[in-house]
Amino acid sequence: MLDDLDDSRRGFLKCMAWAGTGALFAFNGGIGSSIGLDAALAAPVKHASIQPFTFAQISDSHIGFNKPPNADARATFREAIAKVKALPNRPDFVIHTGDVSQLSRDEEFDDAGQILKELGLPVFFVPGEHDMLDPDGGKAFLNRFGKGSQGAGWYSFDHRGVHFVALVNVADLKPGGMGNLGAGQLAWLKADLAGRSSSTPIVVFAHIPLWTVYADWGWGTDDSAEALKLLARFGSVTVLNGHIHQITQKIEGKVAFHTARSTAFPQPAPGAAPSPGPLKVPSEQLRSMLGITDALFVRGHDRIALIDSTLSA
Amino acid sequence: MTRAFKILTFQASAIAAGALIIGAVADMARAAPAAPAAVTIGNFTFNSPALTVKPGTTVTWTNADDIPHTVVSKDGAFKSKVLDTGDRFSFTFAKAGQFGYYCSLHPHMTGIVTVKA
Repeated sequence: MLDDLDDSRRGFLKCMAWAGTGALFAFNGGIGSSIGLDAALAAPVKHASIQPFTFAQISDSHIGFNKPPNADARATFREAIAKVKALPNRPDFVIHTGDVSQLSRDEEFDDAGQILKELGLPVFFVPGEHDMLDPDGGKAFLNRFGKGSQGAGWYSFDHRGVHFVALVNVADLKPGGMGNLGAGQLAWLKADLAGRSSSTPIVVFAHIPLWTVYADWGWGTDDSAEALKLLARFGSVTVLNGHIHQITQKIEGKVAFHTARSTAFPQPAPGAAPSPGPLKVPSEQLRSMLGITDALFVRGHDRIALIDSTLSA
Repeated sequence: MTRAFKILTFQASAIAAGALIIGAVADMARAAPAAPAAVTIGNFTFNSPALTVKPGTTVTWTNADDIPHTVVSKDGAFKSKVLDTGDRFSFTFAKAGQFGYYCSLHPHMTGIVTVKA
């Protein structure tokens, strides 16, 4: 059966690289088609046991950021939360893929937590590198948003037949390197996945992309191949990341990768600027480059849909 | 009487101060202090990624980016707090040697300070 799945997917893999700022890819019978919506489709799921549900992804809120192009990252974060609340299908929960704060300051974390309370939904976090800047290297974040997690903040949970894995690739970064998971976390991941059926859909989320988007800017994770090796036997793996403040996506084997927009400021496309610093867009353009991601599991449709929407839409 | 005493006191202070200044200048000449060096952080790079200085040099890093960075030595010799826009960090290199460093937020940013007499 897995071989069938492979065959059905081979035909559309080439369609998925660098899909730009969002299009809806629909996969039926292995044929990929793109329609002009601000949305994208990720890995198919062939398991009728999964109940339909949605969850939302928000990322890179950078609470405390106040420079061009966004003088108030709190305000745009509130708008993103309002957007999540207004989704037609109420999400079961929200994941925040890191850089909650700009400088790991108490008031930044407090304000983020306060704004998130307006959701009235469970929120699952992973830290970004901006959340590791307190003198204790991430304790301020973990005390608020990482309760019950292990190591630098990793954990897993199950929801309606889907196994969610939260990974941390912003701790103990090595000079000259990119993101890093580390041996301890990889050993934990191996144990976490052991004994799970290969038919279990897996959603992995972490801050820095788990594939190399652009090495010159450090947009990748040095030891992500180790993690992907552990995930290789699963029929459906969806990897959700942030960090690069723009949508990118690709499919490699059975793994669908997707990065979300920031709610604070956009960053340039890889290599399109001298540095990955904030893209200083005019204020009237800002909200068209910020947004949220809505992930939809649909029973009977054999797929997980990731729908990106902007704050201006 | 009172006035003359005041003038005398003033002269004594001036002489003492002059002596202090001369002494300080002499000390400085003997120690031959190294001129301070500066590294600007901009566009996610250390703008003098390979810097050579004399022992005793104080190097100051200034973050000119609108994203925070850090300056962390590879061997633990120095480690800045997070540097927001315009923030500075200084370290005085007393001994000769090579000191590789990086930004712990963006570890692809690296630099090295070579200290030699």
